Amino acid sequence: MAEEAILGHLEKNVEISDSGDFASQSGIDHNEIVNVIKSLHGFRLVDAQDIKREKWVLTDEGKLYAAAGSPEVQLFLAVPPEGISREELQRKVDPSVYKIGCSQAIKNKWLEIGKQQVSRKVQQVEDTAKDLLTRIQNEEALSQADIDALKRRKLIALQTWKGYSVRKGPNYAPKRKKVATDLTRENLQRGDWKELEFKEYNFNAKGQSAEGGHLHPLLKVRRQLQMIFLQMGFEEMPTNNFVESSFWNFDALFQPQQHPARDSHDTFFLQAPSTTKMLPEDYVERVKHVHEHGGYGSRGYGYDWKREEANKNLLRTHTTAVSSRMLYLLAQVEKFLRFIRGDVYELKPFAPKKYYSIDRVFRNEAVDRTHLAEFHQIEGLVCDRGLTLGDLIGVLQDFFSRLGMSQLRFKPAYNPYTEPSMEIFSYHEGLKKWVEIGNSGMFRPEMLLPMGLPEDVRVIAWGLSLERPTMILYGVDNIRDLFGHKVDLGLIKRNPICRLGIEQLTGLDWLLGCAPIGLFDNWVLYLFARRSDHTAFGGPLGRDLGKGLKCFLVEMRDILGRKISTSPSTGAGFSCMKCRIGLVPVQTSTRLPLHSKEFLNRRQPPPTTKIR
Amino acid sequence: MPTVSVGRDHLFEALGRTYEQEEFEELCFEFGIELDDVTTEKEIMRKEKHLEEEASANEEVIYKIEVPANRYDLLCLEGLVQALRIFKKADQIPTYTLADVSKESMLKMHVKPETSLIRPFVVCAVLRGITFDESRYNSFIDLQDRLHQNICRRRTLVAIGTHDLDTIQGPFTYEALPPSDINFVPLKQVKKFRADELMEFYKSDLKLKKFLHIIENSPVFPVIYDHNRTVLSLPPIINGAHSAINLKTKNVFIECTATDLTKAKIVLNTMVTMFSMYCERKFEVEPVEVIYPDGKSCLYPDLSVYSMEVPLSYIIDTVGVSLEADEVTSLLNRMQLHAKQSLSEDKECKIIVSVPPTRSDVLHPCDVVEDVGIAYGYNNVPRRKLASLKPLPLNQLSDLIRLEIAMNGFTEILTWILCSYKENFSMLNRKDDKSTAVIIGNPRSADFEVVRTSLMPGALKTVAHNKDHPKPIKIFEVGDIAVLDEAKDVGATNRRQLAALYCGANSGFELIHCLVDRIMEIIGCPFVAVGDDTGYYIKLSNEPEFLPGRQASIIYRGKHIGTFGIVHPEILNNFDISDPCSFLELNMESFL
Repeated sequence: MAEEAILGHLEKNVEISDSGDFASQSGIDHNEIVNVIKSLHGFRLVDAQDIKREKWVLTDEGKLYAAAGSPEVQLFLAVPPEGISREELQRKVDPSVYKIGCSQAIKNKWLEIGKQQVSRKVQQVEDTAKDLLTRIQNEEALSQADIDALKRRKLIALQTWKGYSVRKGPNYAPKRKKVATDLTRENLQRGDWKELEFKEYNFNAKGQSAEGGHLHPLLKVRRQLQMIFLQMGFEEMPTNNFVESSFWNFDALFQPQQHPARDSHDTFFLQAPSTTKMLPEDYVERVKHVHEHGGYGSRGYGYDWKREEANKNLLRTHTTAVSSRMLYLLAQVEKFLRFIRGDVYELKPFAPKKYYSIDRVFRNEAVDRTHLAEFHQIEGLVCDRGLTLGDLIGVLQDFFSRLGMSQLRFKPAYNPYTEPSMEIFSYHEGLKKWVEIGNSGMFRPEMLLPMGLPEDVRVIAWGLSLERPTMILYGVDNIRDLFGHKVDLGLIKRNPICRLGIEQLTGLDWLLGCAPIGLFDNWVLYLFARRSDHTAFGGPLGRDLGKGLKCFLVEMRDILGRKISTSPSTGAGFSCMKCRIGLVPVQTSTRLPLHSKEFLNRRQPPPTTKIR
Repeated sequence: MPTVSVGRDHLFEALGRTYEQEEFEELCFEFGIELDDVTTEKEIMRKEKHLEEEASANEEVIYKIEVPANRYDLLCLEGLVQALRIFKKADQIPTYTLADVSKESMLKMHVKPETSLIRPFVVCAVLRGITFDESRYNSFIDLQDRLHQNICRRRTLVAIGTHDLDTIQGPFTYEALPPSDINFVPLKQVKKFRADELMEFYKSDLKLKKFLHIIENSPVFPVIYDHNRTVLSLPPIINGAHSAINLKTKNVFIECTATDLTKAKIVLNTMVTMFSMYCERKFEVEPVEVIYPDGKSCLYPDLSVYSMEVPLSYIIDTVGVSLEADEVTSLLNRMQLHAKQSLSEDKECKIIVSVPPTRSDVLHPCDVVEDVGIAYGYNNVPRRKLASLKPLPLNQLSDLIRLEIAMNGFTEILTWILCSYKENFSMLNRKDDKSTAVIIGNPRSADFEVVRTSLMPGALKTVAHNKDHPKPIKIFEVGDIAVLDEAKDVGATNRRQLAALYCGANSGFELIHCLVDRIMEIIGCPFVAVGDDTGYYIKLSNEPEFLPGRQASIIYRGKHIGTFGIVHPEILNNFDISDPCSFLELNMESFL
């Protein structure tokens, strides 16, 4: 009723200037009017402006006096002209009337209140308080002095009144259509969904947060790396053995017993179980010999090799301890005969192997932002005849390209058990510098030959940590935010999927198909990009690609889709934020943004070079 | 794949021995055919009529044998028996010959030019001095049916007509005439029909109506006459009644009319090679001269062998068995292929293979290779392993279970292997009996004193460090612990553990219990009564890290694999956790 009254009124009038007046005119309770106005305002059928008014109202006490007269007058009237005893008077009036009346009457000098006797000082009094209260009730204006007096006596109080002035809103209609917030089963059953008008969604706010489980980011990265290894034909090594002997962790790798890595401040040695009880004795002899005296063409280290050192247990410092066990096993399997058919046997031929592992290793190091006492090592190794340094670099190129790092450099380095050894560096587009991303090399003959592997078998291997690429990938700069019990569960939950190994814009063999990436003049620019071995894109297309950018293909077609030119180009790169593409003309180092006039006027296609 | 029904007893009689069913199935398997069904004539009738009668004992057993779709020679008992007997080295490969008849006495078939309008080809042959009995006769009829169904594509490509030669007289003519000009008594009828009326008449014939469309709309119908204008057949619909064959027929005239000459030759060859074994002169067929209007003439059947040169190396390299040339030839002989060895000029050993007219399926040396393989026995070929990867079962299983638990709404944590001695023992209300934990000798800090023997400290520390995270917290970890193990060379071993924790306003015990059930569900392990070793059950436990009476052991196939319960309030206090928690930890390795 209130809603009809308001909308109806606005249909004929410009505004409702005061909801209070409107309420009294229409005889509807003001509260109801206010509620309807709020609702109509919410749906913007009306525009409402606040009105705030203050007025004095009587307190309960004030109301009492307005009706029965003020206590001082009541008391005065109770005193007869001849006077009255105090006790009598107290009996005659209410105690509160007596108490307040006394003080006011004395103040007004109306009554003489002695110890025994109460008598009038004046014969006639006027009830000013009652008059004033009545005037307030009638909403008449009073002088500030009177107001203050009544306020002091707590007979009146200030009341704030809220109302609205109302005009038509942008969605004004004489009758409100009910809007639905959701489609319900009832709507479908009744079929009234056709008439439903839905309340607009607020897409500026996010949706409800979802309940669900989540995988750990580091393990999501591990999964993708496993996929990459599997795609490259690598088989996983069993690494579920944290406790290892020094023998497999160091000695078998031709790591001398005095090597600093074997110091107690780098390695966790064990109190229990402190030593290893079983080692393959004949192999131990060969290892001892190669350490002490060399052999297999080596001079050895020339020191007294101690069995006790080799027996010492530790928490493995690298998964290469597992690799050494696997290679030893591989060499033993070599010796078995292979059943052919009938009674024909042959010596089992050497079977090349490609192994990988990603698991926990332990270092007795101080914990800081980038170091933990434990981390995950990624290791890959290839064991085959006739492997070369070229194979190692090639497999590293393949592997790291899949991780989005295709621009690699190799630095000569020293590892006790590999020769040649190379540190792997990749150009980091964000940091604008070369960063070390891993270590690699070919295992030394002093390691492989004592195991019993054939002489022409070589093993190439590389390793890196799982945490480092993950930190770069997810922009984590404190390793403790990624791994361990101090990790914020919220971060784990919000963590995006890991796209390592999936072709992305951020490098590698990406292919945009024939998606038109821009329309310039009457040319449609298509990008179907192809990586050459020299390409290294560190960031999303559109970012400054830096000097590393060597090659990609831009195809130009006219609007009918006819090819105008294809230009694989090499040279200094540039990028354009606006059209998110870089183009690299060979002949000129001038930067020509694609949408610039200069570019568009350059109708001559850049010369074509062959992409490797 | 076509199926051939043959009487079992007839089959065994022809094979020269009886087989146990399994033994026969084995033979079929090896040869590349399959015993599809064992039934009886009456059983088939009963099924067709939906009758529920008891089978009597003396019904003849029928073997339904599935044969490869390109082996038309196996579509009858005669071909099957021949192939299997030769395969088992019981017979030699037959050599089919044409009867030596003079050009003048040879039967002739004259083709009229109009036939090119509707069905341009005809090939013919004669089987002289054949002896039918009931089963041979039925087989002869069945083979025509099967050929019609298969290679003849429901008579569209080829149609076969067989006639008692003694009732007709050559030379024959193959003509195409307007339907109204053709009049004859068709097979199984007594009155004469005009061809157009006959077509109308057959529209209600269940068997024949589906062939009518082949010629129905043609202005001329193909028809074969003998010298006396007796209608032999109105191909591809029906034969004449006059020349119908019966059990007593001695000389059979076979004509195949076709739209595809190659297939017509194959069909004719199949018919004559299979049944020439019942002729007076075994494996001999009398040729018929087909004379075309342009004067060209051909002699049918064409029983010439197709010669193929196959390098021995090609065979060996494909089959993957090193075989000598004479081994290969004898293997090929078992597959009805004549083969002999030849040395070419470049000393390359070649096998000269003569493909008989029965083996129209041999097109290329690869078909020869297949036959070598079959005769050698596919299952005797040594297996070569391609390079392939084997995943680690434990890691694969861990990953699968991790995904399932995450799908159950738990968030994965990854905590450190190393922890302090206190966290591993006293803070969990546990005493170190020196028999479980791997102890570090030279820890740099108290955080790295011991290798965890449980995933519990890591999970509790995670909760403690995530005080601000909205409750409930549901986390899990799948990871390794290490324990002392005398059986290992190094004296310790890893164990793959699964832990889950719930922390909220209440203990969430039911939720953790539910997760236990869910894990067992995905493992495929049933919930069983206490004491039953075929599944899992839960029973009250008494571990110090859990609240007494609020904890249970998980017994998986008779083995205790883990515990779950409400974490003891003292422990919560030790780890500075103010909300109740329930925790589950179990060893996953038993699930492998």
